[in-house]
Amino acid sequence: MYAWIFRHLPGPLWVRIILSVLLVAAAVVLLMEYAFPWLSQFNPLTDSTIGITE
Amino acid sequence: MTDVKDAAAPTRRAAHGKAKGNERRRRSPFQVIVQVFGELLITAGLVLLLFVAWELWWTNIESNQKQDEALSSLFEEFQQAPAVPVPQNSDGGDSPEPADPPVLDEPAEGETFGVIYIPRFGENHARPLTGGVGLDVLDTLGLGHYPGTQMPGEVGNFAVAGHRQTHGQVLDLIHTLVPGDKIYIQTKDGFYTYVFRNNQIVMPDQVDVIAPVPTLPDAKPTERFLTMTSCNPRFGAEERIIAYAVMDNWQPASQGPPKEITERVAEFYGKEG
Repeated sequence: MYAWIFRHLPGPLWVRIILSVLLVAAAVVLLMEYAFPWLSQFNPLTDSTIGITE
Repeated sequence: MTDVKDAAAPTRRAAHGKAKGNERRRRSPFQVIVQVFGELLITAGLVLLLFVAWELWWTNIESNQKQDEALSSLFEEFQQAPAVPVPQNSDGGDSPEPADPPVLDEPAEGETFGVIYIPRFGENHARPLTGGVGLDVLDTLGLGHYPGTQMPGEVGNFAVAGHRQTHGQVLDLIHTLVPGDKIYIQTKDGFYTYVFRNNQIVMPDQVDVIAPVPTLPDAKPTERFLTMTSCNPRFGAEERIIAYAVMDNWQPASQGPPKEITERVAEFYGKEG
C-alpha cells in the first residue's frame, strides 16, 4: 500500500521523499489536533472527579 | 580485476531490477490483501503509540502553557484589583485571634479565581484554581472547584479536582503529602494557609468526601476544610485518592505572602512588572 502510494507520487525521487515526509507530518498533526483530543474524553485516566460520570 | 567488476555491475543491476519487477507483477490478489492488511496493522500500532505519547507527554506541555497564561492574566487582575479592606477584629486591634477571612463569590465555570501553592510538590509549584470540574476546565486550567462546595476561607469544604496524569498532571504527587504540609491558596483578597491532614482512597461514587464535613453529609461544619480529589492508582482510575486539609491561618494581600512562598509569589509579580 505505502509502496503503491510512493510509486504514484509525482516527480523525481527526492521530491517524492519530501512529499511522503509532508504527508506523514500532516497525518500526525491531524491526529494530535483533532483525533486525539476527541478520543481522550473516553480515556478513564482523565477521570479525577468524584461522582461525575462524563 | 577492477575492469571486470565494473563491466559486470550494470548487467547484475539490470537482472536484479528485472527480477524485482517480475516478482511484483506475479503477486496474487491474496498476497496484495495480506500485505495491505499488514501495513494497516503496523500503522494502527504506530498511531496508538503516538496517542500514548500525546496523552502522557504532549498534553502536559500544552496544559502547562495554558495554565501559565491563566496565572499571568490572574496576577494582572490581582494588581489592578483595588485593595481589599482588611477585616478588623471587634476590638479593632492586633489581637492574635484573626478575624473571619473574606470569602469570594463562587466563580463562573471556567473562571480562574486563585492560585494554589503546594511546596511539597516542588518549590516552584503553583497552579491555577478555576471554577467547574468539567473536562474543559480540568484539561487546561489546573484544579477545578466543585460547584456548590464552599470557597477558600469559608466554613465548610472547599473541594477541588485535578488530573493525576496527563494535562499538566497537577496532582501527580498527591500521595507524597505528609500530615502537617502547608497548602497555600492565594486569591485577590489574600493568602489562606491550609494544613494537610490525611489521604483517603475511595470508590469513584463516594460523593460525600466533598460534603461540608467530609464523609459526614449531615454534620454541621465548624471547620474550614480543603479537599482535593484525583484518580487512583497512578495511571489508573478504578478509585479516587482524596487529600484533606484544614485551614490554619489567613492573611490579607496587603501583608504579603506567607514566608514559605514569598519567592514564588514575587516571581509572578516580577514577570508582570
